[in-house]
Amino acid sequence: MMNRERVDISRRDFLIRTTTAGAGFSLGLYLPLSSAGVLAAGSGSSAVPEVNAWVVIEPDDTVIIRIARSEMGQGTLTGLAQLVAEELECDWSRVKTEYPTPGQNLARGRVWGSFATGGSQGIRGSHLYVRKGGAVAREMLIEAAAEAWDVPMEECRVAESVITHTPTGRTTSYGKVAAAAAELFPPEQVELKNPKDWRLIGQPVKRLDTVDKLTGKQVFGADLQMPGMLNAAIRACPTFGGRLKSFDQAKVRKMPGVRQVVRVGDDAVAVVAETWWQAKTALDALPIDWDRGPNAAVSTASIEQMLDEGLDSEDAFVGNRSGDAGKALRGAVKTVEATYRYPYQNHATMEPMNATARWTEDRCDVWCPTQNGEAALQAAAEAAGLPIGKCEVYKIHLGGGFGRRGAFHDFVQQAVLIAKQLPGTPVKLLWTREEDMQHGHYHPITKARLVGGLDEKGDLVGLHVRISGQSILASVNPGWMSNGVDMFTFQGLLPDGDHAISYTVPNLLVEHAMRNPPVPPGFWRGVNINQNAIYLESFIDELAHAAGKDPLAFRRRLMANHPKSLAVLNAVAEKAGWDKPAPAGVYRGLAVCKAFASHVAACAEVSVDDGGRLKIHRIVAATDPGYAVNPQQIEAQVEGSFVYGLSALLYGECTIRDGSVEQRNFNDYPSMLINEMPEVDVIVMPSGGFWGGIGEPTIAVAAPAVLNAIFAATGKRIRQCPLKNTDLRSA
Amino acid sequence: MAKLKINGNMLEIDVDGTTPLLWVLREQLGLTGTKYSCGIGVCGSCTVHVDGEAVRACILPVSALKPSQEITTIEGLSADGTHPLQQAWEELDVPQCGYCQPGMIMSAAALLNENPSPSDADIDAKVNNICRCGTFNRVRRGIHLAAQIHKGASKRERS
Repeated sequence: MMNRERVDISRRDFLIRTTTAGAGFSLGLYLPLSSAGVLAAGSGSSAVPEVNAWVVIEPDDTVIIRIARSEMGQGTLTGLAQLVAEELECDWSRVKTEYPTPGQNLARGRVWGSFATGGSQGIRGSHLYVRKGGAVAREMLIEAAAEAWDVPMEECRVAESVITHTPTGRTTSYGKVAAAAAELFPPEQVELKNPKDWRLIGQPVKRLDTVDKLTGKQVFGADLQMPGMLNAAIRACPTFGGRLKSFDQAKVRKMPGVRQVVRVGDDAVAVVAETWWQAKTALDALPIDWDRGPNAAVSTASIEQMLDEGLDSEDAFVGNRSGDAGKALRGAVKTVEATYRYPYQNHATMEPMNATARWTEDRCDVWCPTQNGEAALQAAAEAAGLPIGKCEVYKIHLGGGFGRRGAFHDFVQQAVLIAKQLPGTPVKLLWTREEDMQHGHYHPITKARLVGGLDEKGDLVGLHVRISGQSILASVNPGWMSNGVDMFTFQGLLPDGDHAISYTVPNLLVEHAMRNPPVPPGFWRGVNINQNAIYLESFIDELAHAAGKDPLAFRRRLMANHPKSLAVLNAVAEKAGWDKPAPAGVYRGLAVCKAFASHVAACAEVSVDDGGRLKIHRIVAATDPGYAVNPQQIEAQVEGSFVYGLSALLYGECTIRDGSVEQRNFNDYPSMLINEMPEVDVIVMPSGGFWGGIGEPTIAVAAPAVLNAIFAATGKRIRQCPLKNTDLRSA
Repeated sequence: MAKLKINGNMLEIDVDGTTPLLWVLREQLGLTGTKYSCGIGVCGSCTVHVDGEAVRACILPVSALKPSQEITTIEGLSADGTHPLQQAWEELDVPQCGYCQPGMIMSAAALLNENPSPSDADIDAKVNNICRCGTFNRVRRGIHLAAQIHKGASKRERS
């Protein structure tokens, strides 16, 4: 009871803070007031007590479901609402959503669990407690009705937000009993539905957040406007590890709109002006002197040397070992060896990094697009120099995340450090695309040497995979490492778990020689399965060809112990018609992978013309995520992951010169367009019994399936990405 | 001072003429549906119409615009969000994050202005907006569906 009371008060506090102009502060005209707005903004001025942390029901039967994870396009908001609503038994057409704030989560003992939205965890990491949240609320609503009628709860049934007393036929609705339900103690135990009884989970319902995205009404972080707000443009030292030496603000101080030129931390300078365009124009004119620091000579070539050394070095961590790969390779009838390479890549979210902050001596508020509100709050408090209880973060809709806005809140810290120099004034910091391209947390760079051995029958008897390159965890989260090993490096190649290898290789050794160049790495949609699936699935294809075997048959021989992976592979082969000839000039390639606990496979169909021009005609993709909460959104994610993965395959490369990223914008870091988009045939085949991820797994199979199809078409085995660097004309 | 006709309203705006239209829309008029993403006219997030044609507002200085030219932003595409593209987009759940979608819709709308029944090849040639979430196949279906909706509506109007 006490908890609820506290929350009600904080809800009212927030309303006052955000909607009353003049009274200290206001979000003003362009506050996001849509369904996925910040907490309480969506529920207007009524302060209806919540039924529980997950559910608020208005007197008019509007159901507000609280969503802790961030919506960034992946559909999690709708899927999570479906999970709660399934157990709540509410009228889906009356469902709205809202985000609780990270500060409220902290104050309430993290009642909403983790806010982290990454690793394809949104649904699979919280399905149990959000369904329980819905079920508990349902029981409390029924109990309130039963009490009012003075009948046993067992005599009541519920459907579509209507409670019926079965013996008498009396009915009431959730909206009528919600206030009374809010006064009750929650039941200690609830039973969750058997998946076979689900009515809403598994349905291709429409997203809850579409309409505002069609009219310009949807407010993204970059769109925030507040009365009295100033705008900041920033430049950090382009050389990684470099520092800001000095800047000559006299040159720009009198330019239109300029209010202040400020140092930000030890490596950046920002211009604060009335409009962002004024700030950016002045920043472009600002003379800045950098101390380039210790990495000024780092280049793609010097990084390449580090990685090459790691391919042969004695020191390496073991990620997977069975049998004796060395012995098996020495005794093999035929061995195949190949070295692959995967470059740095930027997330390049469409919305550049941004955050809006307002700082005073005893309070700091931040509005930002973030994949992890709690991490954003932590970052804000650190930069603000205030206790976390005096800070708050309001999550604003993200214009893409892909991992860039989860583990890193450099943009939040910068915004707070700027706002700190203008106490009481809200300041919106927006990065230029150029800043975004040069200050990413890049997909890490690696190389891999693979050696495989075949016996006289052409079966794989041994495989040695040596990865050399960058660890994400060593830079981002050393606490997740064990004994210095970054197990994430081995995603898709591990003996078991969410990222297990899909094959049984009799003698297998997978190693990682960690080589960490001074370029900041980060989690990038799919993380390490992007390159590991290319390495393994391309090389399996090489081995099949060396053995003179069909790539599908060769894989199947290794998959007897991996029935779910085999099932998705078989499904794509069947749908693509692997056993029948492709149309004239079209060639096929396969790939399979287990990632983020889901089993995925793809069959790509490509052609390459005499000029070496690639056309990807179609990709048939299958995914077994265990349970499929919203199949039409899964289709959207599969297609979307292919755009992200194929853009990386075709164009994605950040090169390093003088310790800086050479690319600046979408002209030299291109992304695929609609005219390059293949038809995508999605097979969703949930087999039940586990919860796998959706947003990332299929990205793994797009690139290797296409690379294997290119080999089938041209006889060229491509071992380095992106393809823009390779002449695809037939060998 | 710039005199611009935006979404049917004649406006006088106190602004340096070198300022790109994008920033006048976003910062001076509060029309934030038009997005900043690349700033060099490549990605298309800032696409608006000038006299019905798609232009990249991020590289168009307001001094290059005449008061007689009709500027349309996503906010002015339809009065009530029922342009055939908006209907089709809603029907097919096209957007993911949604950031590129105003520009995408404005590019598609300009295409439909000049070609009410575009082929796939027409779409490939004219809709060159970047979408990192990867909505392209639904965008394509959405344009075809919008063309059908438009045809149905004009048929009803004629009968």
